[in-house]
Amino acid sequence: MKTVYVDNNATTKVAPEVFEVMLPYFSEYYGNPSSMHFFGGQVQKKVDEARARVADFLGAEPSEIVFTSCGTESDNAAILGTLDSYPEKRHLISTRVEHPAVGNVSTYLGRKGYRITELSVDREGRLDLDELRESFTEETALVTIMYANNETGVIFPIEEIGEIVKARGTSFHTDAVQAAGKIPLNMKKSKLDMLSISGHKLHAPKGIGVLYIRKGTKFSPFLIGGHQEKGRRGGTENVPYIIGLGKACELAKKYLDEENTRVKALRDYLEAKLLEKIPNTLINGERVHRLPNTVSLSFEYVEGESILLLLSDLGICASSGSACTSGSLEPSHVLRAMGVPFTAAHGSIRFSLSIYNTKEEMDYIIEHLPPIIQRLRDISPFWKDYLKAQGRV
Amino acid sequence: MWDYTEKVKDHFLNPRNVGEIENPDGAGEVGSLACGDALRLTFKLDEKKRIKDVKFKTFGCASAIASSSALTEIIKGKTLDEAAKITNQDIANYLGGLPEEKMHCSVMGREALDAAIANYRGQKVTKEDFEVICNCFGVTDREIIKAVRENDLKTVEQVTYYTKAGGGCGQCHPKIEAIIEKVRKEMEKEAPPPKPEKKKLTNIQRIKLIEETLGREIIPALKADGGDLDLVDIEGNKVLVALRGKCSFCPSSEFTLKQYVESKLREFVSDDIEVEEVRP
Repeated sequence: MKTVYVDNNATTKVAPEVFEVMLPYFSEYYGNPSSMHFFGGQVQKKVDEARARVADFLGAEPSEIVFTSCGTESDNAAILGTLDSYPEKRHLISTRVEHPAVGNVSTYLGRKGYRITELSVDREGRLDLDELRESFTEETALVTIMYANNETGVIFPIEEIGEIVKARGTSFHTDAVQAAGKIPLNMKKSKLDMLSISGHKLHAPKGIGVLYIRKGTKFSPFLIGGHQEKGRRGGTENVPYIIGLGKACELAKKYLDEENTRVKALRDYLEAKLLEKIPNTLINGERVHRLPNTVSLSFEYVEGESILLLLSDLGICASSGSACTSGSLEPSHVLRAMGVPFTAAHGSIRFSLSIYNTKEEMDYIIEHLPPIIQRLRDISPFWKDYLKAQGRV
Repeated sequence: MWDYTEKVKDHFLNPRNVGEIENPDGAGEVGSLACGDALRLTFKLDEKKRIKDVKFKTFGCASAIASSSALTEIIKGKTLDEAAKITNQDIANYLGGLPEEKMHCSVMGREALDAAIANYRGQKVTKEDFEVICNCFGVTDREIIKAVRENDLKTVEQVTYYTKAGGGCGQCHPKIEAIIEKVRKEMEKEAPPPKPEKKKLTNIQRIKLIEETLGREIIPALKADGGDLDLVDIEGNKVLVALRGKCSFCPSSEFTLKQYVESKLREFVSDDIEVEEVRP
């Protein structure tokens, strides 16, 4: 059976070029970058080169790059490290559609006595910037708003938000885990103070992340330990993964255009054909300001897990915001925050593409998904009720 | 990914008895679009009042569809009294088990069956007769009590897995906890009292009790199969026996000794007894 992998917002294939450059650092070059001898020193040099590549990709200075273990650590460090630096400020502004790496930190802080403002989104997944303007207080320590949503791909106007946040003199962090590699990022022109990225979303392996911290930003380390990362993150450097991420960032910069042309065209093709072939299908989230690789569709009157397993049976790997797939009983907090009706929220499927996808793969999905939806609608009691109500049976 | 059994996968990929019976004798529907799963069950009886035909339509995940399919297969050919005895555990067992987080799918099957039987019998079961405990999923105290009893549930988390109650906002958790406590107390009262602790025996008492147990519980059963057993000696907790008759050349004699003779002696005499065979 062939595998059609269209779940790249969950994780991506490690690029062969990335894998290759990592290998020597598992065997020959095992030195500790902090060592005084030549054996560690030569590794230090390579880590510096990787840091420069990541900085170049983000339009940042190498000294502003902190390597972490994953996107979640970057988000935790940004939020907790900022709050720790402003102990007198007890208010945080975020949104209702954040990834759990931010959302559950907010919940935790709420329990610890912080005041949390979670901005709402409209039916298309967009923020109301007036709500943001009205949310600031003297106590606001940090604004953390994701760059692009992992489920719908909706992109928030981070630079416009940055103007508002900076006018108030507040620290500003974004979780750019889904945005990196899909839309251009340039910290030199940005209002952001901190930005999180994750290696495995851009063809590096799992287990490596980055927190960009603008020079001069108040920050206390989240992992307290040695002097590594200029005292901003303790722990011996994960050398092979740092080298791999350096390469992945170099490739991401190179393929950014392709993401926005060829990959976007594939996504648009898949979306248009599925909308055409499957009745009662909705797109979740606005279509214009959206990641080029992502589409979230809802098929009314059927349930997402069933769709996913029937797709999986054909080798097609996607994901869903339905309740049953997450182990929770309610559909995704993102779709609920958007007010997607229950008829549709339980039947949402996300396709997220990468540069490795082809038109043949899209055609394979377009051929096989419509009969799957029809089959599940035939089993569903609500589909016939709906047709009856429409006077169609 | 969920760890579904082959049987769940089979009933999901090839569901049995999908559809709706026109003019059914009984019809039941539980769940809703908002809850994320729903099941509509319809059946027809034959002249002997057995379930002749049964069909389902389900909106839900793979285990919901598989549980519905399994339910229809289980109840086909049964009388309504027989069908009414089916528990959600029976449905789960039929499928070779369900992940615990998905047990509510089997509960939904049993509830739809209850509703369909009540519908046939002209009984009206409405939610208004009971207290709604979980507002997010509209779960009543009756459903929670039944799930706790039938599945021996101990925690709020388990109740959520089995009934969905408490899986939304979480405000009802204290109420669920109170129900669990109450039901478990009732269950303890109903359960037979535990066997009295085995008394410490003198050597003579011990030998006598072993002989009695062999004579009353074990040898008659062996004899029924054409075998027999002699007590050779007792050394502390070791009971040495010789197998006679058919047992002496039975290929499963080792099994008989350990699983039958030894476990009986442990039950009636002492937990540390070991049985060994003495060959002539």
